[in-house]
Amino acid sequence: MRSATLKIAFLLAFALGWLYATPVSAQQPTPSDNQVNAVAHELYCPVCENIPLDVCSTQACAQWRDLIRQKLAAGWSTQKIDDYFAAQYGERVLAVPPLQRSFNQLLPGLIGAGILAGVGLVFWTLRGSLRSVFVKTPESTPPPPPPTVDAELLDRVEKDLRQRT
Amino acid sequence: MTEAPTDIPPVARPVRRLPAWIIGLAFIALIAFLAVLGFELKSIQQGPILRGQQVPAIVLNTFEGTVVNTTDLKGKVVVLNFWASWCVPCEGEAPALESAWNAYKPEGQVVFLGVDYVDTEPEARAFLSKYDITYPNGPDLGTKISQMFRITGVPETYFLDREGKLAYSQIGPFSTEDEIKAIIDPLLK
Repeated sequence: MRSATLKIAFLLAFALGWLYATPVSAQQPTPSDNQVNAVAHELYCPVCENIPLDVCSTQACAQWRDLIRQKLAAGWSTQKIDDYFAAQYGERVLAVPPLQRSFNQLLPGLIGAGILAGVGLVFWTLRGSLRSVFVKTPESTPPPPPPTVDAELLDRVEKDLRQRT
Repeated sequence: MTEAPTDIPPVARPVRRLPAWIIGLAFIALIAFLAVLGFELKSIQQGPILRGQQVPAIVLNTFEGTVVNTTDLKGKVVVLNFWASWCVPCEGEAPALESAWNAYKPEGQVVFLGVDYVDTEPEARAFLSKYDITYPNGPDLGTKISQMFRITGVPETYFLDREGKLAYSQIGPFSTEDEIKAIIDPLLK
């Protein structure tokens, strides 16, 4: 009877210990300074001109870096953090504003479209010349007739040439 | 001098023109580009709100979860204070602002609004709690309100008269409650 009580007490203690241990294992690891600075580098100091957040020493910047650390610890992605900061403090805090980011994403397509338009324009301009180069003469067209020479005129010319020599 | 022959017919050169739809498209793109450029220039060159000018509607989402719109406050004097938890001079003027708010609160003719400028919420809440600030406060989401006034830093305080026009602006902190009252009282007459 006593050993059974001991076993139940042991099992209860084990279960309680497991319950306490589980939340600890589920916690996100604390983000390192490098991880925080990588995100902070893409943001700018809110109260000073042209200083990235990762190298800014004001109290406002320190608070923002802490906020980034909290968001990273909560499992937020860099994009989500950027979006949060833009919504909260305006797009001017972003190193790359969304309009420029969208333009950068569109750039390869725009370059391709520009090249195609250029090629099209060149082709359109030279189409007359290209037609004469590539379009073949139809085979049914008869060759031009050889020039006819009057026999009498030829004799006179030959005679004249002989006299001169 | 010899005269140019007049009987030679002019050489007819084939005129090549771009299709009308390409020209139209290019014009539309040009106009759209100029419109965007003009809009951006206008917003950049827009100056701060001057004294006597009507202040556009301000919407403040408070930390308590309410929404305050200044268009609903017509007929009242509005005191708009820009502050931040990281701002040391803001700490100095916080008690004076709270005292002034408590003095005018019973009559209901003056509304104080705190606009938290580029701040983090936990620190902002701690600041409000530390100085027992009871008037509505909220973050300047997207810095839209501060951009409207072209603020140069914090603290700055703007006073709107009963008609919603800018009556006075204070750049820098207040030292005493009396300084604030000296601005508000003439607006209540």
